[in-house]
Amino acid sequence: MSANFYFGVEVFLNGLMAGVMYSLVALGFVLIFKASGIFNYAQGVMALFAALTLVGFQNGQIPFAHLINAIFGTDLHHFGWHMPAFLAILCALGVMILFAFLVERYILKHLVNQEPIILFMATIGLAYFMEGFGDLMWGSDIKKLDVGIPQGGNIWLEENTAFLGGEDFYGFYLDNLDIWATVLAAILVTSLVLFSQYTKTGRALRAVADDHQAALSVGISLRSIWVIVWSIAGFVALVAGIMWGSKSGVQFSLSLIALKALPVLMLGGFTSIPGAIIGGLIIGVGEKMFEFLIGAPFLGGATENWFAYMLALLFLVFRPQGLFGEKIIERV
Amino acid sequence: MIYREAGDFKTSYAKDQQTFPIAFDRWGYFITLAFAFLVVPFIINDYWINAVVLPFLIYAIAAIGLNILTGYCGQVSLGSGGFMAVGAYAAYKLMTGFPDLNIVFVIFLSGGVTALVGMLFGLPSLRIKGFYLAVATLAAQFFLVWLFNKVPWFYNYSASGQISAPERSIFGYAVTGANALPAVSYLFCLCFVVILAWAARNLTRGANGRKWMAIRDMDIAAEIIGVNPLKTKLTAFGVSSFYIGIAGAMLFAVYLGAAEVGEAFGISKSFLILFMVIIGGLGSIFGSFAGAAFMVLMPVLLKNVMVGQLGWPTDMAAHFEFVIVGGLIVLFLIVEPHGLAQLWRLAKEKLRLWPFPH
Repeated sequence: MSANFYFGVEVFLNGLMAGVMYSLVALGFVLIFKASGIFNYAQGVMALFAALTLVGFQNGQIPFAHLINAIFGTDLHHFGWHMPAFLAILCALGVMILFAFLVERYILKHLVNQEPIILFMATIGLAYFMEGFGDLMWGSDIKKLDVGIPQGGNIWLEENTAFLGGEDFYGFYLDNLDIWATVLAAILVTSLVLFSQYTKTGRALRAVADDHQAALSVGISLRSIWVIVWSIAGFVALVAGIMWGSKSGVQFSLSLIALKALPVLMLGGFTSIPGAIIGGLIIGVGEKMFEFLIGAPFLGGATENWFAYMLALLFLVFRPQGLFGEKIIERV
Repeated sequence: MIYREAGDFKTSYAKDQQTFPIAFDRWGYFITLAFAFLVVPFIINDYWINAVVLPFLIYAIAAIGLNILTGYCGQVSLGSGGFMAVGAYAAYKLMTGFPDLNIVFVIFLSGGVTALVGMLFGLPSLRIKGFYLAVATLAAQFFLVWLFNKVPWFYNYSASGQISAPERSIFGYAVTGANALPAVSYLFCLCFVVILAWAARNLTRGANGRKWMAIRDMDIAAEIIGVNPLKTKLTAFGVSSFYIGIAGAMLFAVYLGAAEVGEAFGISKSFLILFMVIIGGLGSIFGSFAGAAFMVLMPVLLKNVMVGQLGWPTDMAAHFEFVIVGGLIVLFLIVEPHGLAQLWRLAKEKLRLWPFPH
């Protein structure tokens, strides 16, 4: 086999890994969409905010330090501690749960029974708000996130696959971080499925997803369900934020991964957790392979920017509900 | 007491169906127009024209365009930035390819080109609805920006990848390029805004507008009563893209002068225009103006207060702007989902009864 073939395989594997990262974000969307019918545009910003909070806690930054300095003329920056990663993750999770509570209390409660498009736009507003809020709270400089996940190429895999190709092939290059992300995503999805199938709360969540009014009538509190769902989505956002933050630093562009998760969702279907995973894998592999085979040699590169959307667009024309979505039934 | 229709008898259908049936409104409209054309160019200074008035006029056109698609026809689009880029690049190619072509034709033609592109990207809207469509229009946004970045023909193989508008003039006055007087650019934009807004207003209350609204309210029911969904949705995409393309061409040629596609027509522009439409009010021409004014004025105001008055660093002011814009959008949707236009309608309703409470 030629080295080119193995490069192709390597691109394929890396595409799978990238797809897992997209799926992590898409999962949060699906959870909220299923439970409340809200298309939560702010999911990406939630990941950014969670990662910012995590770094802030780890480094002992003082929240709103810039603001306080500007108003009172003080010179505050750090508390001077260094929190262990585990504790910081717990604290960040606490903040995300608090956030879920506040969102329900101050936004969702007032928007019950509005059209879906209004809710969607409200989450765009929320995304803007959180973006500015996160920057105000923790500063807008690019931060390094390190929670102890190994990074860099996996040497074991590289050495053990080097014999496959010819002289100019040095083995498959896979990032340790991506492998970890895959494992974490698998654990996350399994536990989410177990949670929704075998616990009382999980059953309530599924009831709400099926029919709001019927769920209400058997005594399920919609409001507490929403808080729970947004908390879980906050947790998923935190995981996504940790993975993406470790990969490329915690910075503004992290919030844009939400945009990348959208075609994943459309492909997989808005209402399906497996769909989010498989859609992510298809998009990840598709865009990497397209760039490798067609984009870079013939189209001048950087096709990753739009390929996912075009793929989703063409796919939807033939199957409007996505791969695993519930069939859309329209009544007059 | 003065704002009412009592005593104002209509004696013909034309009079009964006019845009401003109340005399007070009509006079207000004419006086505003006269003020904008005859007084403003002489009293306004360059700072106001460049920082506030020109962007307001140009974004108002874009907001009307998106409002036709989203507010009247119910098809959410996140591709406005990409369509504005089409308008801008079409204008650039036309200006450099046909140096003798009048700038007015250039701008209308670039609107036409954008309309074609918009209809092409509107085709999937027949099958894809709601959120799915919103995401599908993102394909247009990212693909178009990538296209203008990667194909050198679009920017005439210039080394920087930027496009810059050559000088063109009407009646001997330069309207584009470095020598354009602000007052002239202002009048040029104002003419376009008035004509386009007038056309949009009449389109939306005619047969086409009613079809759009029928599709928006319930597309299947509309189909059953004989509205052709393909034609209706495509006309909405076409007209909307025409407006947005004109706005893009003017933003590039008249306001910016030089543009780089990723920076000037990125996804943030799509959201900006969407916000204008939401805050102003979906399905209202007046709302498009109100939303554009709001979104243009507010950052200027915030910046003046926070940087100018309080002396905060500019990056912090920018973050605050995000917080305030986001907060306001949520607040608007909670308090008044129909935007500034609805507040205006309520105010008029109250005014009609004044001084009586009921």
